[in-house]
Amino acid sequence: MSTITWPILSVLIWLPIAGGVAMLALGDRGIALGRWIALITTAVTFGISTLLWTNFDTTTASMQFVEERTWIPLFNSLYALGVDGFAMPLIVLTAFITPLVVIAGWTVIEKKPAQYYAAFLILEGLMIGVFAALDAMLFYVLWEAMLIPMFIIIGIWGGPRRVYATIKFFLYTFLGSVLMLVSLIYMYLQTCDAGQCSYMIADFQRLPLGLNEQLFIFVAFLAAFAVKVPMWPVHTWLPDAHVEAPTGGSVILAAIMLKMGGYGFLRFSLPITPDASDTLDWLVISLSLIAVVYIGFVALVQQDMKKLIAYSSIAHMGFVTLGSFLTFELMRVNSGDMTGAAMGIDGAMVQMISHGLISGAMFFCVGVLYDRVHSREISSYGGVVNTMPVFAAFMVLFAMANSGLPATSGFVGEFLVILASFRADFWYAFLAGLTLILGAAYTLWLVKRVVFGPVANHHVAELKDVNGRELLVLGVLAIAVLGLGLWPAPLLDVMRPTVENLVQQITVSKL
Amino acid sequence: MISQSVLLTIVLAPLVACLLAGIGGKVIGRVGAHTVTIAGVAISFGLSAYVLKLLLDGAPVVNETVYTWLVSDNIRMEVGFLIDNLSAMMMTVVTFVSLCVHVYTIGYMKDDPGYQRFFSYISLFTFSMLMLVMSNNFLQLFFGWEAVGVVSYLLIGFWYTRPSAIFANLKAFLVNRVGDFGFVLGIAGIAYYTGSIDYATVFAARDAIAANTMEIFPGVEWQAITVVCICLFIGAMGKSAQVPLHVWLPDSMEGPTPISALIHAATMVTAGIFMVARMSPLFEMSEAALSTVLVIGATTAFFMGLLGLVNNDIKRVVAYSTLSQLGYMTVALGVSAYAGALFHLMTHAFFKALLFLAAGSVIIGMHHEQDMRKMGGLKKYMPITYWTSAIGTLALIGFPGTSGFFSKDALIEAVHAAHIPGASYAFWCVTLGVFITAFYSFRLVFMTFHGPERFREVAHDAHSAHESTHVKTDKDAGHEPDVSHGDAHGHHAHDDHGHATAHATGHDDHGHHGPVEPHESPWVVTLPLILLAIPSLFIGAFTIGPMLFGDYFNGVLYVEEAHDTLGHVGESWHGPLQFIVHAFQAPTIYLAFAGWAAAWFLYIKRPDLPGVIAAKFSALYQLFAKKYFFDEIYQAVFARGSVGLGSALWRVGDVALIDGAAVNGSARVVGWLSGVMRRLQSGYLYHYAFAMIIGLSVLLAWYVLR
Repeated sequence: MSTITWPILSVLIWLPIAGGVAMLALGDRGIALGRWIALITTAVTFGISTLLWTNFDTTTASMQFVEERTWIPLFNSLYALGVDGFAMPLIVLTAFITPLVVIAGWTVIEKKPAQYYAAFLILEGLMIGVFAALDAMLFYVLWEAMLIPMFIIIGIWGGPRRVYATIKFFLYTFLGSVLMLVSLIYMYLQTCDAGQCSYMIADFQRLPLGLNEQLFIFVAFLAAFAVKVPMWPVHTWLPDAHVEAPTGGSVILAAIMLKMGGYGFLRFSLPITPDASDTLDWLVISLSLIAVVYIGFVALVQQDMKKLIAYSSIAHMGFVTLGSFLTFELMRVNSGDMTGAAMGIDGAMVQMISHGLISGAMFFCVGVLYDRVHSREISSYGGVVNTMPVFAAFMVLFAMANSGLPATSGFVGEFLVILASFRADFWYAFLAGLTLILGAAYTLWLVKRVVFGPVANHHVAELKDVNGRELLVLGVLAIAVLGLGLWPAPLLDVMRPTVENLVQQITVSKL
Repeated sequence: MISQSVLLTIVLAPLVACLLAGIGGKVIGRVGAHTVTIAGVAISFGLSAYVLKLLLDGAPVVNETVYTWLVSDNIRMEVGFLIDNLSAMMMTVVTFVSLCVHVYTIGYMKDDPGYQRFFSYISLFTFSMLMLVMSNNFLQLFFGWEAVGVVSYLLIGFWYTRPSAIFANLKAFLVNRVGDFGFVLGIAGIAYYTGSIDYATVFAARDAIAANTMEIFPGVEWQAITVVCICLFIGAMGKSAQVPLHVWLPDSMEGPTPISALIHAATMVTAGIFMVARMSPLFEMSEAALSTVLVIGATTAFFMGLLGLVNNDIKRVVAYSTLSQLGYMTVALGVSAYAGALFHLMTHAFFKALLFLAAGSVIIGMHHEQDMRKMGGLKKYMPITYWTSAIGTLALIGFPGTSGFFSKDALIEAVHAAHIPGASYAFWCVTLGVFITAFYSFRLVFMTFHGPERFREVAHDAHSAHESTHVKTDKDAGHEPDVSHGDAHGHHAHDDHGHATAHATGHDDHGHHGPVEPHESPWVVTLPLILLAIPSLFIGAFTIGPMLFGDYFNGVLYVEEAHDTLGHVGESWHGPLQFIVHAFQAPTIYLAFAGWAAAWFLYIKRPDLPGVIAAKFSALYQLFAKKYFFDEIYQAVFARGSVGLGSALWRVGDVALIDGAAVNGSARVVGWLSGVMRRLQSGYLYHYAFAMIIGLSVLLAWYVLR
C-alpha cells in the first residue's frame, strides 16, 4: 500500500483547475503575476505527480491511491479515483508536458493571455481526471468537458481557418463519444439487472455480456476511441486541428489528448468486451497497419510542417493500437504460447509516453520557427542551421527520435511492437517495420528542407537562435527523450503487473 | 581478468570527449577540442590493445551485463559486453584507425569553421562503433548499428550548405534504413524462435530456429533459419553497401575525406561483415542463406570494381574500390571462410584508410581539387604521400608479401574450395576482380602521381565546371577567428602558408586561380599515412597463421565440417613464405600484374588510348559511367514513386474521399436535408392542411387494405 494518506489524485485534478479559475479572476491586467501563477501551479502539479511514481506499488495490478465519494446518488455514480500502471505514467506525462506549454507560451501569447493559461490549466486538471476516473460516468463527463477548453484554445488562439477546424474537431470527437455514452448507459442497466446499479468501470469489466452485446459495445467504443487516437479513416480532423491550433494547443493535443484513445482501448474495450475484441481484432489491426503505411506515404508529401507532424502522429499511434490488439492473434496462432501479448501492450504504452514527448517536442520546434517567421510552410525555410545552430541540433535530435532511433524513446515502443507482431504474423511485422523507412523518409526530408542547405531567404538570414526559455523547454524534452530511450526499464516495471493482469483478463472469454 | 571498468572506459572515453568537444566546443576552443578527443580515442586504443594482449595471454572471454535496458514479457534486453578475440581485434583496429584519423583531421580540417563539431562527431562515431563490436546481444548491436548510421548521416552532410551533401546524407540514411528494416525483422525472428536476444542464448538455441518453417506466402514453406539469416543479411547489405543497396556509398564521398577513410572504408561499412561473422553459428545452418550472401558479394566485388575503371574523381575511385573489396569480404562469408572475411576486413581497414587519407592529402596538396585528370606528376611534390599511396595500392592489388596479398589470396583460395551453389560464379568474379582491382588502382596512381603535370594546363572553363562541388561552406572560414590555430601548428608554419593559399583560392575566389603549386602535406597528415602504411605492409604476414589457420578464432566463429573451405586451404599451409611461393602457381597473381601492366600501358605509355576505347565502346562506357543506372532507376521508382503514391493517397484518399465525400459530404447532406425540411415549414396553413389530408389518406388506406 502506498504511504500517501491525503487525496493526491484529487489534488492533481483540482489544483490546476483552481489555478485556472484564479487566473480568470485575475484577468489580463495581472498577467505578469498570472504567468507565474500558471507556472508555479503546473510545476507543483508535476512535482506532486512524481510522488505518484515514487510511491507506486509495482507489485500489484489493483488500483492505487483510491478515493471514493458519493457523487450522483440518483444513479449510484461515484467520484471514484485511482490509478494503475496504465493511468499513472500518463498522468505524470500530462503533468510533465503542461508546465512546458506554459513556459513556451510565456511571451508569445499576446491576445487574452490570462484566459489562454486558464484554459490550459483547467484542461490539465480535466485530462488528469480522465486518466484517474474509476467511475464511467465521471470518466465520460471529464472526457467531454475536456473538449471545451481545447475547443476554445483552437477557436480563439488558432489560425485563420480555426472555425472550420474547431467544428470539425468537436463534431468528430463528440459523435464518437455519444455512442460511447449509449453503451455506458446500457452497461449500467445491466448492472442494475444484476442487482447492484453501478457505473464503476471495474463492475463493467466483470459484466457477463453476450457476443452480440459485446460487439455493439465494442463498436461504440471503437467509434469514440478511434476518433481520438485517431485511426484511419477518422483521422482527418487531426491535421486540420493541429494546423490551426496555437503551439501549446498542438502540443497538448498530440502529447496527451491522443493518448486518451489508446488508454480507452486498454481500460474499456479490451477488458469489457474481450470476445468482441477477439472477433474484430482484424479490423483494428488492419486500420493500424494502414495508419503506419498509408499515413506514412501521406506524411511524405505534406508541405506544411504541422500537417506533416500531425500525419506522423497518426502513423506512430498506429503502433499503439497494433500493439494493444495482438493478444488474440497470438492466442490463435501460437497454440497457447502467449509470449508477445504483454510485449505488444508494453510497446503500446511505451509508444504512447514516447510519442507524447517526441510529438510535443516536434510541435515545439515548429512553434519556435513559427514565432519568428510566421509561416508553417516548409518552403519558407531552408538552411536554418546557419543562423540557429543550437535549435538545429535539437531539431535533428527530435527528428531522429521521431524516426525511431535507438537510444531515443521513439525506438522502444516500435521495437517492442514489431517484435511482438512478428510472433503473431510475419506480415504485421513487415508492414509495421516499414515505419523504419517511411518515418525516416518523411522526418529527415523535412529536416533536409528546413534545417540544412544554404540560407534560403532573408527571413532565415535574420533568425535568432533559441532564447533561454526555449532552450529550457527543448532541453528538458531532450533529456526525457534520451532518458527513456537509454533506460526504459523503470517504465516497464511500473506497468508490468497491470499489463499481465490485462492479458490474463482478456484471454478469458466472457461467453 | 578483464575488468568491466576497463571496458567501460574504452567506450565512454570517446563519448565524454564527444560531449566536451560538441557541447563545450566554444569554451575549449579548437586546440581543446582536438586534444580531448584525441586523448579519448588514445585511451580507448591503449586499453583495447591491452585487452587484446590479455586475451592472447589467456584471459577468459568476457560476457557480462552492464545494465538491464528493459524486461518485457520475460525477455530481458540488456546492454552488455562480449569480449573475445573477435571483438578485441575489431576494437583495436577501430580505435587505431580512428586515432590516425583524429590526428590527420587536425591538418585536413584546420581551416574549417566546424572544426570542433567535426571532432565531436568522429568521437561519437568511435563510441558507437565500439558499442557495436563489443555488444553481447542484438539490441546493443542494433543500437550501435543505427548510431554509426546517424553519425555517418551527420558527417556526410557535414558541409550542410552543399545541396549535394545534404542529398547524399539523406540518401545514405534511407538506403541504410532499408537494410535496417530487414535487420529488425531478423532480430524479431530470432526473438520469436529463441525467446532471447542475447548472443549466447540464441546460439545455444539455434536448433530451435532450424527446426521451424515459416509460411510467409500461403503454400510456400521456408526454413525459418533461412528467412532469419537473409533478413539479417539485408541489414548487412545496407551497412556494408552490397548490391543493390550500395548506391549510398559513392555519394557518401560528399563528406570530408577523413571520415571517408574512417567510416566509409575502414570501420562502419565493415559492420555488416562483422555482424555476419558474429552470427556464423546461425548462417552455418542455412546453405540457402550462405548462397545468397555469396552471390550478392560476388556481384558487388566484380561489377562495382568495373565502375572504378571509368571514374575520374580520386575519392570515388577509392570508394568503388571499397565497394568491390566489401564484396570480397562478403564472398568469404558466403563460403563460410569467416576468418578470411575478418582477416581481409582487418588488412583492408589499414590499407584502405591509408589510400583514402593519401587521397585526402593529394586533395589538400591540389588545393581541393579531386579530378584526377587535373593531376599528374605529383610524385615529385608529395613524396611521402606518393610512397605511402604506393604501399596502399600494392596491398590493395595483392602484391606478394603485402598484407592485402595474404588476405585476398587466402580468400580466393577458399572460394575455389567451396562447393555451395554460386561458388563457381563467385570464383570467376573474384578472380577477374583481381585484374580489375589492379587496373583501377594503378590507373589512379599513374593519373595522380606520374605522367605530365596536368594541373599546370588547367583551363579556366574546365575548372569552373567543377568548382561547385568543392564549395565547402557559404561562410568561408575567414570569418572564424582562427585564434587557437597559431599555437597548435606554429612549429610547421611553412605548411600554413600553403593552406592559407588553398583556402583563399578554394573558398573565396573559386576558379580564378591559375596553375597552383602542389605541396606535401603537414606532418599531422603524413604521420597517420606512415602509421597506416606499416600494418598495410606487414600485418598480413604476421597474423595470417594464427587468424586463418591457427586457433585465434576458436570458440568465436563456427563452421560446419562440410563448409570448411579455409580448413581445406590450410591443408597446404606451411608458413607465409611458402604461401607466397604457392601463389605463383595460381592465375590470380598474374592477373594482378596484368592489370598493373595494362594500366601502365594505357595511362603512361599510350595516354591517348583510353579516350579512343571509351569512344569505341561508348554504350558500355555509358553503362559504367552511369553506374548501371541504379541511381536513375531508384530515383524514378522509389523516390518519385513514393512521393507520387503519397500524393495520390493524400489527394484521393484523405482530401477527396474522406474529407470531401464523407465528412464535408455528410455535412452537405445534412445541410441539404435541413433545406428540404425548411421548405416544408412554409408557414402557409393550406400546405399543412394538405399534408394532413395526404397523411390521413395514407393511414386510412393502410388500415383498409392490410
